[in-house]
Amino acid sequence: MITFMNNSDSEEEPCNERTSLMSAESPPVPSYQDGLQASEAGEAQAHRKRRAGSGRGPNNITGGEMSGSGVAVRESALENEEEELTLKYGAKHVIMLFVPVTLCMIVVVATIKSVRFYTEKNGQLIYTPFSEDTPSVGQRLLNSVLNTIIMISVIIVMTVFLVLLYKYRCYKFIHGWLILSSLMLLFLFTYIYLGEVLKTYNVAMDYPTLFIVIWNFGAVGMICIHWKGPLQLQQAYLIMISALMALVFIKYLPEWSAWVILGAISIYDLMAVLCPKGPLRMLVETAQERNEPIFPALIYSSAMMWTVGMAKPDTAAGGPSQQTWDAGEDGREHLRSPSHAESQMAETRSPVPPRPVTSLEELEEEERGVKLGLGDFIFYSVLVGKAAATASGDWNTTLACFVAILIGLCLTLLLLAVFKKALPALPISITFGLIFYFSTDNLVRPFMDTLASHQLYI
Amino acid sequence: PAFGLFLFTIARDPLRIIILIAGAFFWLVSLLLSSLIWFIAVKASDPRDERLQKGLLIFGVMFSVLLQEAFRFLYYKLLRKAIEGLVALSEDGCSPISIQQMAYVAGVGFGLMSGAFSMINLLADALGPGTVGIHGDSQLYFLTSAFMTMVLIFLHTFWGILFFHGCEHRRWWEIAAVVVMHLTVSGSSFCNPMYVGSLVPSYLLMAAAAAWAYLLSGGSVQNLRRFLLCKC
Repeated sequence: MITFMNNSDSEEEPCNERTSLMSAESPPVPSYQDGLQASEAGEAQAHRKRRAGSGRGPNNITGGEMSGSGVAVRESALENEEEELTLKYGAKHVIMLFVPVTLCMIVVVATIKSVRFYTEKNGQLIYTPFSEDTPSVGQRLLNSVLNTIIMISVIIVMTVFLVLLYKYRCYKFIHGWLILSSLMLLFLFTYIYLGEVLKTYNVAMDYPTLFIVIWNFGAVGMICIHWKGPLQLQQAYLIMISALMALVFIKYLPEWSAWVILGAISIYDLMAVLCPKGPLRMLVETAQERNEPIFPALIYSSAMMWTVGMAKPDTAAGGPSQQTWDAGEDGREHLRSPSHAESQMAETRSPVPPRPVTSLEELEEEERGVKLGLGDFIFYSVLVGKAAATASGDWNTTLACFVAILIGLCLTLLLLAVFKKALPALPISITFGLIFYFSTDNLVRPFMDTLASHQLYI
Repeated sequence: PAFGLFLFTIARDPLRIIILIAGAFFWLVSLLLSSLIWFIAVKASDPRDERLQKGLLIFGVMFSVLLQEAFRFLYYKLLRKAIEGLVALSEDGCSPISIQQMAYVAGVGFGLMSGAFSMINLLADALGPGTVGIHGDSQLYFLTSAFMTMVLIFLHTFWGILFFHGCEHRRWWEIAAVVVMHLTVSGSSFCNPMYVGSLVPSYLLMAAAAAWAYLLSGGSVQNLRRFLLCKC
């Protein structure tokens, strides 16, 4: 499945008054994943993404199709073992993605439920200029559709811009942009968030302490995300950043616009990743051609192995990126928020060596993780957060959306295993989530309320 | 207790977690469909007629029970296919998870979801200010709700095991027994707030179902005795 990386557009909010480019988020880039989902698929070989790899059966010839490897027999033998490993670790990778998504959602829901600030309407983003306070339903609908169109076009422009930059090798510019974005995210938004939380719980804190805390948090975050750091810490930072971004979105997007935007984003994601001329697809393909890793701060990866310390002969500089891409996989990256995405653990120096299949390499197979774009995290959390904030059925709706999103993620991972290409992670989950939100809110809630008032059980 | 079950038996193995979430999903879909039917029925009928509303509610509950069991069956079919896929994939010809484990996990999934839906709003309200039963309703509302929910979660788990076992061995009477039990339990909740009528039969049924499921899973009285004596 493809993980999408969405750089949060949250930058935009503070940029209302300024005209900085920060708001230009990097176009959402669906990230691909090397995920394996072997539980139901019969052939998922996530880690085998070696070109041909599809595990049809343990003894299939897939090995033979390996590009350039003359070791067909060895390949198939290795494939068997790989399949076995895949199977064992396929479900594990799914869980490795479940956990961060769940954590992010929990953080967002907890904040929404407790901190008033994020549910008050204090203005709108510059990207959604039409207000929704209009008297008539038709007008409101029209405004929300217009808002959505503006937002999506901004995202498209950003994505194309990013792809162009990437194509023409303006790496410095991209890196600078990403660094600036993550800086802002780490410092400014954390400051606001912390301020609001402290206000809610009526805890006093003086400015020097605040400064020290935020400075430490931000500095460590920058290092972790853009350079090296313990995997868990990086993951934690990425989750926090996604949660912050999602909170900003929830606050600043008007009601109906938010739902329409969610729907439109998943359609856009689908197209951008699957169409041959889609920007995300081009980004991934270009990165693959050049054997480079996708930008570090845009993807969440569940496992990583630093090849720096590894004495593996074939994990050369080009190796890591090759591995990350898992041969033959198109990584689609969905860069949504330029700044947010940065924190990605995209540096998955996947342990799997790219080409020659040696038995040594298999040992590393299990370390390979699945990558999911940050934008995906953000939009999932936005969906669940909005459900928690606005649904009158409260927790039932939130729970239903949560389960729907997890199931969507599962299915997407399954498809990833079947197709072995980068896939958009948003559409299925968001569709399920939206369906369940609206149906639970309108249909299930009255039913459950009536049941509960009579204390009936089904 | 259900959450404890989850922690100790399911959280270790990722495959089980996936099956659990999928089970919860299936229950949710069945709930969705049944509430759709109920909603349509209510909208189409007269909202002022009390007896009719009550009757519709009862109808809704029964229908929902039947739908839940139907979805359990569908889930069983899906899991069968999945097992075949897993067996084909694994190299030594046997799947990493057996159908009984799947039955157990599926039952827990159903149970957790149904329990969550029944309890969670109650819990959220319980955090806030208020007095229980101030309008003449029973004061034991929260307690009985909690017990009822727990018994229902356990029952779902056992029904899962029984149901799958019945499907495996093509014993239709087992499946029918599960359906009848579910209907009985839901029906007994109609006696609320006369709690004697609902809690006691439910617990008795749960004990029966537990014993039955235990026997089906290969346990026996000797095992039980050995387990209890050795461990303590």
